[in-house]
Amino acid sequence: MSSEQLTIASLTDRVKSVAVGAPVSAVHFLGERAAFVCAEEKVAIADSTGEISHVVVHGGAILCTASDGKRVVTGGDDGKLVALDAKGETSVLATDAKRRWIDNLALHPDGAFAWSAGKTAFVRGGKGEEKTFDAPSTVGGLAFAPKGLRVAVAHYNGVTLWFPNMAAKPEFLEWAGSHLAVTFSPDNKFLVTAMHEPALHGWRLADIRHMRMSGYPGRVRSMSWSAGGKGLATSGADSVIIWPFASKDGPMGKEPAMLAPLQARVSMVACHPKQDIMAAGYSDGTVLIVRLEDGAEILVRRNGSEPVSALAWNAKGTLLAFGTEDGDAGMLEF
Amino acid sequence: MSELSSQKIPVTVLTGYLGAGKTTLLNRILSENHGKKYAVIVNEFGEIGIDNDLIIGADEEVFEMNNGCICCTVRGDLVRIMDGLMKRKGKFDAIIVETTGLADPAPVAQTFFVDEDVQKNARLDAVVTVADARWLSDRLKDAPEAKNQIAFADVIVLNKTDLVSKPELAEVEARIRGINPYAKLHRAERCKVALSDVLERGAFDLDRILEIEPEFLDAGDDHHHHDHEHHHGHDHHNDHSHSHGGLKHYHDEDMQSLSLRSDKPLDPTKFMPWLQNLVATEGQKILRSKGVLSFTDDDDRYVFQGVHMMLEGDHQRQWKEGEPRESRVVFIGRELPEKTIREGFESCIAA
Repeated sequence: MSSEQLTIASLTDRVKSVAVGAPVSAVHFLGERAAFVCAEEKVAIADSTGEISHVVVHGGAILCTASDGKRVVTGGDDGKLVALDAKGETSVLATDAKRRWIDNLALHPDGAFAWSAGKTAFVRGGKGEEKTFDAPSTVGGLAFAPKGLRVAVAHYNGVTLWFPNMAAKPEFLEWAGSHLAVTFSPDNKFLVTAMHEPALHGWRLADIRHMRMSGYPGRVRSMSWSAGGKGLATSGADSVIIWPFASKDGPMGKEPAMLAPLQARVSMVACHPKQDIMAAGYSDGTVLIVRLEDGAEILVRRNGSEPVSALAWNAKGTLLAFGTEDGDAGMLEF
Repeated sequence: MSELSSQKIPVTVLTGYLGAGKTTLLNRILSENHGKKYAVIVNEFGEIGIDNDLIIGADEEVFEMNNGCICCTVRGDLVRIMDGLMKRKGKFDAIIVETTGLADPAPVAQTFFVDEDVQKNARLDAVVTVADARWLSDRLKDAPEAKNQIAFADVIVLNKTDLVSKPELAEVEARIRGINPYAKLHRAERCKVALSDVLERGAFDLDRILEIEPEFLDAGDDHHHHDHEHHHGHDHHNDHSHSHGGLKHYHDEDMQSLSLRSDKPLDPTKFMPWLQNLVATEGQKILRSKGVLSFTDDDDRYVFQGVHMMLEGDHQRQWKEGEPRESRVVFIGRELPEKTIREGFESCIAA
């Protein structure tokens, strides 16, 4: 325990503990209830009292997950894409014909969804029609653009922008290296990837200008846009790294903000949906709430466990949930 | 460090040229009653006749790392598969990665050195190469991939020995030794080898680097202790061979091993920069390196091993009472700059 942790404000006694009992790899909110996605097989749904019920969604590892607030969708090593709704009912959205692993998925607000197995990306629109795109190498990440039906497909040596409903040739944004997670800025002006090496790469979509965001000691596994898309908070260093995106040049030629340093690596970040605050989880199990303006910290969970591997706010920003690699989890109400 | 590394899941890399018998060996490993569960990463589904939900198809995608090191390649698909497999920790004991017949083993091995997450959870156990006794000599002439796989190996299963005569077998073994005298060589028919000969070898475990001696089958005499230095310094001709104590020796024109030794202690302030510089400049040629070192004013043995430009090393243990404090370094590689390496090594001997 570092000395600054002892002196900062603490909300640890207000956290409702949730005994998930299995490694947690993500958490989403379905209304007021938190859905903790386990590393294998199950999703644990917890209400505000900490009471949980388990739902089996896959026959093996759960490799990817996303939520639009109405349902939690998961992809597994059993080749299935499964949706879980707020009532706790599941439905199989797709089954890979060759039973390949479902590596990535993304949800569109109008109900369309995308997933990938190996080099192939799939999109199924609101009316049920399915389109596929074969990337030049295994798909590393998927994201829907905030406007229109456009999918960013990250792969080796770049990102392809694919318009599933148009005959136009997909647009290829090239940058050497292996691109994994991909995200559009909420204003649709920038595209950012987390690379296999410890760096981010960004493009300004209007003129395809490159932005290199490097200097991380470890790979960036978690990214979150702050309220209004003013900044992109990232894991991978011993403090939260927030790249500025408020101006038209984005982070070009600017230094990132570095908040909430600890003697542990930031493993998860989740920005508040409305206010300029965020939550950060660390490799030693610490969870902090951080004010973006001045870096003021509030302790939510003390250190002394496996890394924090799941972190999310509900849509209203009144609830925070976290989970760890050793199966501990908690919820906090504001 | 040894305690930590024992918790990591061991990974065996299985290579071998087309038709050598990799799948036969894999099927043997999976069907034998050993009470262990293996996750297997293969290139072709369907060749494995065993039902196992932990058989994963790979794409063998070789990625260059953006770190300015040209030979620093990793298997991108393996990074992804390892990430997914780690969610099923506890459901299997070990991992076997089968490569295609034309694959270079280096990117697979380097994945376990370069990738932070892979390194945290898994450790490379050994590179096992299956070779066809009947056809290997020919493949060494016309297939650089086959030569790479022999040079890279920790264990070589010389398969289909029932299909060759005794002199032919001696010939192919001598050719293997000409490239890689340090690998454990096992003769087999239909890949019948003891599984303990190919699995749980700890070939990349620094704690298990005991001594580095070439292996000679059938030698059985003081041959074990002779040094290879007398082979070097004369012109190499393709297929040059000579008889030595009844054993045939071959020198491979482009792939060879180089062994250095000193009974005088080395100066660590000279040796470490020299070694790092050597692999940085010549790492593309050096496939594997390994060493046990005696440093000045240091009662511990220092051990290291490397793959191309990647090195790892550590103090291993105290030199034992009466144990000769000898430093020994070996390199296996292509067109090794022998003179430069020998002179460089000599200059690291403490004055």
